[in-house]
Amino acid sequence: MNSSDRGEVTPGRHENIKAVPVRHPGRWAGALVVIVLALMLLHALIYNPAFEWNVVGDTLFDSQILHGLVVTLELTALAMVMGVLGGIILAVMRLSPNPLLSGTAWFYIWVFRGTPVLVQLVFWNFLAAIWAKLSIGIPFGPEFVSTSTNTLIPVFVAALLGLGLNEAAYMAEIVRGGLQSVDEGQTEAAHALGMSRAATLRRIVLPQAMRVIIPPTGNETISMLKTSSLASVIALEELYQAGHNIFSRTFQTIPVLIAVSIWYLLLTSILTIGQYYIERYYARGANRTLPPTPLGRLRNLFTGKPVPSGKSDVVPGLEGGGHV
Amino acid sequence: MTGLVQPPTSDQPMVKAEGVRKSYGLVEVLKGIDLEVRRNEVFCLIGPSGSGKSTFLRCINHLEKINGGFLSVDGELVGYRMKGDKLHELKDREVALKRRDIGMVFQRFNLFPHMTALENVIEAPVQVKKENRTDAKERAMALLERVGLADKAGNYPTQLSGGQQQRVAIARALAMKPKLMLFDEPTSALDPELVGDVLDVMRGLAEEGMTMIVVTHEMGFAREVGDALVFMDGGVVVESGHPRDVLTDPQHERTKAFLSKVL
Ligand SMILES: Nc1ncnc2c1ncn2[C@@H]1O[C@H](COP(=O)(O)OP(=O)(O)OP(=O)(O)O)[C@@H](O)[C@H]1O
Ligand SMILES: [Mg+2]
Repeated sequence: MNSSDRGEVTPGRHENIKAVPVRHPGRWAGALVVIVLALMLLHALIYNPAFEWNVVGDTLFDSQILHGLVVTLELTALAMVMGVLGGIILAVMRLSPNPLLSGTAWFYIWVFRGTPVLVQLVFWNFLAAIWAKLSIGIPFGPEFVSTSTNTLIPVFVAALLGLGLNEAAYMAEIVRGGLQSVDEGQTEAAHALGMSRAATLRRIVLPQAMRVIIPPTGNETISMLKTSSLASVIALEELYQAGHNIFSRTFQTIPVLIAVSIWYLLLTSILTIGQYYIERYYARGANRTLPPTPLGRLRNLFTGKPVPSGKSDVVPGLEGGGHV
Repeated sequence: MTGLVQPPTSDQPMVKAEGVRKSYGLVEVLKGIDLEVRRNEVFCLIGPSGSGKSTFLRCINHLEKINGGFLSVDGELVGYRMKGDKLHELKDREVALKRRDIGMVFQRFNLFPHMTALENVIEAPVQVKKENRTDAKERAMALLERVGLADKAGNYPTQLSGGQQQRVAIARALAMKPKLMLFDEPTSALDPELVGDVLDVMRGLAEEGMTMIVVTHEMGFAREVGDALVFMDGGVVVESGHPRDVLTDPQHERTKAFLSKVL
C-alpha cells in the first residue's frame, strides 16, 4: 500500500475534523410543546381578574415591602453566618477526642434538631417571661448589672437566635460529613510536615471538605430565606409580615402574596446561581477540567457539541497560583 | 529506660530502636524491633505484606504511639520526654515541632489536591516555619527543578502522572530541610515505566548524604543504593546486614522464602 492509497481512505488526515454534528429533532419538537403550554398558562394568569396585576406591581415596590425585604435579607445572612460558624465549631467539637467536647456538641445538636424551629423562635422571644430579669454577675453573688431581658433581646435578635442556633445544629452535621469525607492520608501528610491540628484543619481538611459542604449549605441558605418568614410569629417585620400587614388592611390578599412570592423567587434564583459558581470554585483540583457554565450547557443542549471547558470558561481568579 | 538520652554526637545513630512494640487492640503488630540507622545512610526495610514495615515507619515520626520499648531520633525520644526517671508524653505542639525535621513520602503520594504543585511545596515552610512567601516560592521552584518538574509548578495533582505526583511529594518533604527522610513504598503505586524517575531522585538524595529509611520492594535499588537492609516478618527483625549480603546470601529460611518470591 503506498501513501497515495492511504490518502484516499482518510482525506485531509492532518486537518481538523469537520463533521456534521448529530441533530436532535426531538428536542426541538419538545421545546415547541413546552413553549406553547407556557404561553397558554401566561395568558390565563395575565387575564384572570383575581390576580389584580396592577396591585401586584404596586405592592412589589411598596416601601413597607422593601423594608421587609431588607430585614429578610439581613436575617437570612446573619442566621446563616451564625449557622455556618456554629456548625464548624460544633462539628470540630463532635469529632474531638475529648469526650466533654464531643458530648456537649452531641447534646446541643440533639436539643436543637429535636425541637421545632417555630418553638425555638417563640422561646427566645418569651425568654423575658421565663427569666423576668437576666442578671449579669457572679452566680449566687451580688448583682451589679441587672437588666430587663426584654430590652436585651429585641425581636430581631430573638429571631436571629432562634434561626441561627437551630441552623448551627443542622450545619454541624453537614460539616461533620464533609470533614469525614476527606481522605485520612491528607491529615497524615499534613501532620508529617509538622503542621498543627488547627492548621491542618484550616488549610488542608476544611478546604477539601468544602466540596461536600457547599451544595447542602446552598440548599440550607435557600431554605433559610424561606424559613425566616416564620419570624412573623414573633411580629418581626420581615418580608412576609410586611405583606401580611398590607393585606390585613387592604384585603387584597392574593396580589400581595404574589408580590411577596415574586421577591422570594427572585432571591432564591439569585442564590441558586451564586451557589453554582461557588461550587465550581471549590471543585478545582478535583476534576481535570471544570464543569460547564449553565449558559454553555444550554448552548450545548441544542448544538450537540461537546461541552466547552477549560480556559475560556474559567471564572476569574480561579486559575492556579492566586489562591492563598 | 534510664540514661538513654545522650547528648547528640556525630557518630550517634540517627534512629535507634530497642524492643519497640506496638499493638492495635489485642493484636501485636510490632513485637520488639531492634535496629540502628546511622547518619547519611540509606536504610532499606523489606518484608512481606502485613509484617509491620509501615507501622514501624509511622512510629518514627509519632504518627503511631509505641506501647513499649525505646525509640529515639537524633538522640531524642520520640513522643516522650524523660523527666527524672519518669516518661512524660509530649504535647501535640512539641510533637509537631519534631516532625518538621523528618520528611515522609507515602505510597499513595497524599498531595494536597486543592493546591498546585508549587503550593504543595511551599505550604509547610510558609505555614509552619513562617517563611517569607517569595523566598519559599524561590526555594520551591529550585526543588521542583531538581525533581525535574519545574514546568509543572502550576499544575494541580490530578493533572500530573503518578510518578510526577510522587516527585512533587518528595520536593514537598525536602522543603522542610529534613535531617531524615522516610519512604513508605514510594514506587509501589506507580506504573513500571514511571518507577525509574522516582528512584533517580532518591538516588540523587542518597548521593548527597541524606539519611533515608526506605520501605521498598525494589531489590535492585536496595542492592545498588542501600547501605543497610533489614528483613522484617511478623513484627520482628529476622535478618539484617549489608543489602548485597542479605540479598545474595540470606541466612534465614524465611528470608530465603521471601526473596525467592520477589527476586
Ligand atoms: N490502624 C490499624 N488498626 C488495626 N490494625 C492495623 C492498623 N494499621 C495496621 N494494622 C495491622 O498491622 C499489621 C501491619 O501493618 P503494616 O501496614 O505495618 O504492614 P506492612 O508491612 O506495611 O505491609 P504492606 O507491605 O502491605 O504495606 C497488619 O496486619 C495490619 O492489618
Ligand atoms: Mg505498608
